[in-house]
Amino acid sequence: MFRVSREPIDLNALVEYVTDPEAGAVVPFIGTTRNHNEGRRVIALDYEAYPEMAEKELARIGAEAKQKWPICKMAIVHRLGPVQIGEASVIIVVSSAHRDAAFAASRFAIEEIKKTVPIWKKEVFEGGEVWIGTQSGEEFKGK
Amino acid sequence: MKVRVKFFAILRERAGAAEVSKDLPDGSTVGDLWRELQKDYAKLDVPGIRLLYAVNQNYVGADHRLSDHDEVVFIPPVSGG
Repeated sequence: MFRVSREPIDLNALVEYVTDPEAGAVVPFIGTTRNHNEGRRVIALDYEAYPEMAEKELARIGAEAKQKWPICKMAIVHRLGPVQIGEASVIIVVSSAHRDAAFAASRFAIEEIKKTVPIWKKEVFEGGEVWIGTQSGEEFKGK
Repeated sequence: MKVRVKFFAILRERAGAAEVSKDLPDGSTVGDLWRELQKDYAKLDVPGIRLLYAVNQNYVGADHRLSDHDEVVFIPPVSGG
């Protein structure tokens, strides 16, 4: 299951989805929104995606993880739209016969998401907002 | 030929549009399209930004030749997670 979602992500549903009689480990990773970044107090976050391609890239990451490690199942759901501080912005759940594979695949997936999946985070902080990754964004305001 | 361009995130805000269509001479590349779009939308040129390019939802290089009805997206640095 590889999706983007405007609704809060249901961790239990993902755990249930990857649970498998062959698996001896289920590893969840929950990426949550933080109230500070680079010395700024973050008030809110807003995620935007190129949804069709984002889901395709998430599935590509899942397929690649499966080639690299003997995992049973993987699910990745990334949240879109406004996300409150402390909520889950992304959840990755992996199951495998032995725990090492699931831990490694989970780590691989979050690193790949940050590199290739067309999803963008806008940070709203006291006194401004910026698209993360285009850090000079503040300078562009009003130009 | 005619291609469809979708803008996201900082580029959507700077273009003031989420989707536009563009007529191009046959044989045009993704790089050619980007140069044409900058004439239409002066603010698209974000200094220091590194873009990736996607055609029909696959990453391609700037020298990729476009076809009629292609869907092209210029991808600013991603920041999911």
